[in-house]
Amino acid sequence: MQARLAAHDLACRRGDRVLFRGLSLSLEPGDVLHVTGVNGIGKSSLLRILAGLLSPYAGTVERDGAVGLLDEKPALDPDQPLSHALAFWRAIDATPGTNYPWDMEHLLDVPVRYLSTGQRKRAALARLSAQTAPIWLLDEPLNGLDHRGVSMVGAMVESHSRAHGICVLASHQPFPLDGMRVLELAEFVP
Amino acid sequence: MIRVLTALMWRDLRNLLFGGRGGGATLPLLFFLAVAMLYPFAVGPDAPLLAKTGGGVLWIAALLAAILPLDRLVQEDIALGIFDQLNLRGVTEEIVMAVRLVAHWLSFGPLLMLACLPAAALLKLDGETLHLLLLGLLAGTPGLAAVGLMIAALTAGLRAGAALSGLLLIPLALPILIFGAGALERGDPATLGFSAAISLLLVAITPFAAGAAIRAGREG
Repeated sequence: MQARLAAHDLACRRGDRVLFRGLSLSLEPGDVLHVTGVNGIGKSSLLRILAGLLSPYAGTVERDGAVGLLDEKPALDPDQPLSHALAFWRAIDATPGTNYPWDMEHLLDVPVRYLSTGQRKRAALARLSAQTAPIWLLDEPLNGLDHRGVSMVGAMVESHSRAHGICVLASHQPFPLDGMRVLELAEFVP
Repeated sequence: MIRVLTALMWRDLRNLLFGGRGGGATLPLLFFLAVAMLYPFAVGPDAPLLAKTGGGVLWIAALLAAILPLDRLVQEDIALGIFDQLNLRGVTEEIVMAVRLVAHWLSFGPLLMLACLPAAALLKLDGETLHLLLLGLLAGTPGLAAVGLMIAALTAGLRAGAALSGLLLIPLALPILIFGAGALERGDPATLGFSAAISLLLVAITPFAAGAAIRAGREG
């Protein structure tokens, strides 16, 4: 798996406001980048630009490898039991046999709309891990999770990085992992 | 690719046909039958009058029934982030919309044609009119489904999208209605060719128009 993610001289404009500009980054397999900054500074926009869902106002993005995105939208059908909602993505990703990253047996029969915020986040993380994408883009992955959930996400990202994956995570909270590169988005605000 | 299409189609049919969300296919069907049931009460039990006007009324009922599922056709999947996740997996919006168009038509077109049988009995339609009506709906409903999906994708981001989509569908669906119901008046199936041609054109452009609308909506 030779994944690569690079951006050159990115600028992002929302409405008539330039959120950031002159942002360049280059990530090799095993790299974890923590994007920090206050609310509304453009962390989510940066991740969507890196994912290719939003076109940058200026600059280019180079991606080698599939992208897995985790944001505030779970992309799981609310009326379906969790097992069915996840099975849809497993069918799309062609990874029917993969294990869930942690114990979710007791949640699989519960319709997604009855899950709590934290449980929904865990379900979305399970979707992400079954996707087996080399590039992970995590937008506020710790929101809504309890202490155990937070350390589980830390372990997930660590093992992803050990398996030569790339991870960019945007979070205003401290992330429980050592050896991350940090990108302070405030430095790129015009 | 086949695997992806199957998964998409199964999910769409489950949501649209079996009422995974709010009513499913039963709502347009009941609406259509309700019109056929109410019309004789409104104009009186005059069999020749019913037989003369009933076909046109059923066409209007079919057109209005096609509006009912529009608000849950695209909007919810945008809110859930389904299209974003599919895009990251290389499944373009055009493919998703093409599958949804087929699923949307399957969830109301064949059912409305089936419902034409009891409706024709209620409105005292003769065999030939029923035949033309069924052929017309077969030619026209794919076009209605296409216009509906296109409008649902275009209005997905708007606050009053559901109400607006109903208003937008009516003028765009007018040609289908004119040629489809016009065949009843003349008793000539040849007019249905126009209806089918318009349908075909709409079916062909809808995946691209709806896909572009969803992509443009992301930038907003």
